[in-house]
Amino acid sequence: MCRTGRQPDPHEAGDEKAADAAFAALLEDSAEDLYESAPCGYLSTLMDGTIAKINTTLLNWLGLERQTVVGRMRFTDLLTVGGKLYHETHFAPLLRMQDEISGIALEIKQDGGGRIPVLVSSVIKYGSMGELLLIRTTIFDARDRRAYEEELLRGRKAAEEARKQAEADRARLQDALAVLQQSLLPDTLPQVPGVETSAYYHTASPDRLGGDFYDVFPVDGKRFAFFLGDVCGKGPEAAALTSLTRYTLRAAALHNPEPVSALTTLNKVLHERYSGSGDPRYCTAVFGTLEAGPATGQTTVRLASGGHPPALVLRADGTADYLPTPGGLLVGVLPEARFTTAATVLSPGDTLLLYTDGLTEARTGKDRTSLYGDDGLLAFATSHAGTPPHAVVQALTGLLDSFGDGLDDDTALLALGVPASHP
Amino acid sequence: MDTVRRNNVTVTGNPQGRPVVLAHGFGCDQNMWRLTVPALAEDYRVVLFDYVGSGRSEPSAFQEDRYSSLDGYAGDVVEVCEALDLRDAVFVGHSVSAMTGVLAAGTAPERIGALVMVAPSPRYIDDDGYRGGFSADDIDELLASLEANYLGWSAAMAPLIMGNAERPELGEELKNSFCATDPEMARVFARTTFLSDSRDDLKQVAVPTLVLECSQDVIAPREVGAFVHRAIPGSTLVTLDATGHCPHLSAPEATNEAILKFLAALR
Repeated sequence: MCRTGRQPDPHEAGDEKAADAAFAALLEDSAEDLYESAPCGYLSTLMDGTIAKINTTLLNWLGLERQTVVGRMRFTDLLTVGGKLYHETHFAPLLRMQDEISGIALEIKQDGGGRIPVLVSSVIKYGSMGELLLIRTTIFDARDRRAYEEELLRGRKAAEEARKQAEADRARLQDALAVLQQSLLPDTLPQVPGVETSAYYHTASPDRLGGDFYDVFPVDGKRFAFFLGDVCGKGPEAAALTSLTRYTLRAAALHNPEPVSALTTLNKVLHERYSGSGDPRYCTAVFGTLEAGPATGQTTVRLASGGHPPALVLRADGTADYLPTPGGLLVGVLPEARFTTAATVLSPGDTLLLYTDGLTEARTGKDRTSLYGDDGLLAFATSHAGTPPHAVVQALTGLLDSFGDGLDDDTALLALGVPASHP
Repeated sequence: MDTVRRNNVTVTGNPQGRPVVLAHGFGCDQNMWRLTVPALAEDYRVVLFDYVGSGRSEPSAFQEDRYSSLDGYAGDVVEVCEALDLRDAVFVGHSVSAMTGVLAAGTAPERIGALVMVAPSPRYIDDDGYRGGFSADDIDELLASLEANYLGWSAAMAPLIMGNAERPELGEELKNSFCATDPEMARVFARTTFLSDSRDDLKQVAVPTLVLECSQDVIAPREVGAFVHRAIPGSTLVTLDATGHCPHLSAPEATNEAILKFLAALR
């Protein structure tokens, strides 16, 4: 229920007189004394700032005598120079525009040279005719409060500095990561006679160095080698492993470009490097060679796989098939490893596609619980069979984009094709 | 960006009258001219604006490097004149804005045909044979005062202050907003203002100029007013019987009278 008026409790009315008397006895100080000894400074100034009245509290803070202040000093004379500037540029205009201003932090100068931080509030008093009469000002000692605020400001500045530093560090780190990441992949693929090449690398997170890799390079007068793979893990360790893998494969291929030989060398190097380290690391990889075949426009592909998903061959006639390489072992796990080989011939319009499992393990569906999978990829590849490598990679790039947050791993794509013979 | 929006330009008064541009100084915004506008409105086309970084200017337009020199603020003046295609305007600048007007008149002489300098100072810091009234340490103290008083400013309030002129119900909350400025921007303006030295620019003034000084002004003492008057060939000096740095607020009648008299003599 709403109470429309204050209804005194029954006992209150009877006690009122006694209470008033008790308060009156306590409050024997005059208004004059209340003004002079108030726990804050009081100041009345003319509109030009000349001090007309000041209370004892404030005089004591200032260490000044009344007669040297009243009629002789202006309010701004009590302030530090910085405070004067602030008064002229903010305080005074705001007071004029609003008729009052409150809680402004300033410092007053003491006679001995000390300073007291204060909070100042002012109000303009008007005469009965609406004329400006004077300015009433209240001044509170804000020493403790200011010290606290300064601590807060200091803390804020320190936090701000730390944030700026952290941002700079992060930017430097990003730059370093970008350079490192670039060193793991070729800037451009070389021109391979009779073969068109196209590649794409999707980085899942710019902060984390990826573990996928690929390359294409000449090995002797007639052959080019290519590889694509995926190292376990992410981050700096994975990047180091990727780097070791890439340069080992390149060096091994120059010595002997046979696919099994190159992967065997890599296996030895990785096993030796990581098996005793307490941090066993490995990779999956497809390594192969391209060699122009006896018939013009044909290229022979010979490859070996170490635990990597099978390559796809997209034919000019609109069909596509996996090039199975079952049973190949992960590279670097065992001292001796067996790798599975396969071979095919690419005719004009045919394209060989290598990819990492970021693609087939992308999560699809509304709740992101199904995987895109081998069948999905085969169907997609079939629908793009007969198109040149750059078109295949472009279509797959679009597919990767369409996965959105379902694609949470790095993905590398490498397509090698013999251009169709039609004009 | 649209200059009119960027600088929160307001045009009022007599559309047929000669344009008079009123420019606020460091501290507050165009509201400082509230007692001046009515006196000019009948005969003059009155143009008000906020410098970028002050009042209700567009905060995203603030660039520290541009507004670290008075040329940046003078650029605002010229661009406002261009946006409204003002010709032969009278520029009334308060405090540091008086010097901004000098620079703007130098760059765009066809736009600005006369200057009124209200409490001007071409240099605030003392120098050999020149008394500006302040030392570099004093300016640091002012910066500390600014820091201690984020007047009406808080991250939560900022969007209201900067962009809601059309919501008068916020009036009570917006107390002090005439002087509310993003602390970072205020700091830049303070430094630019009080560390500037435009003494050499005064000689270049080639338009009729009125120098208005106050009899008691901490920021622009009388010797500075005299310096400005001496340096600008043919200028008129009027000393207002006023205390403080804002005669347009503390002595509006006398200020308006002096401005109107100067304007009337121009034709």
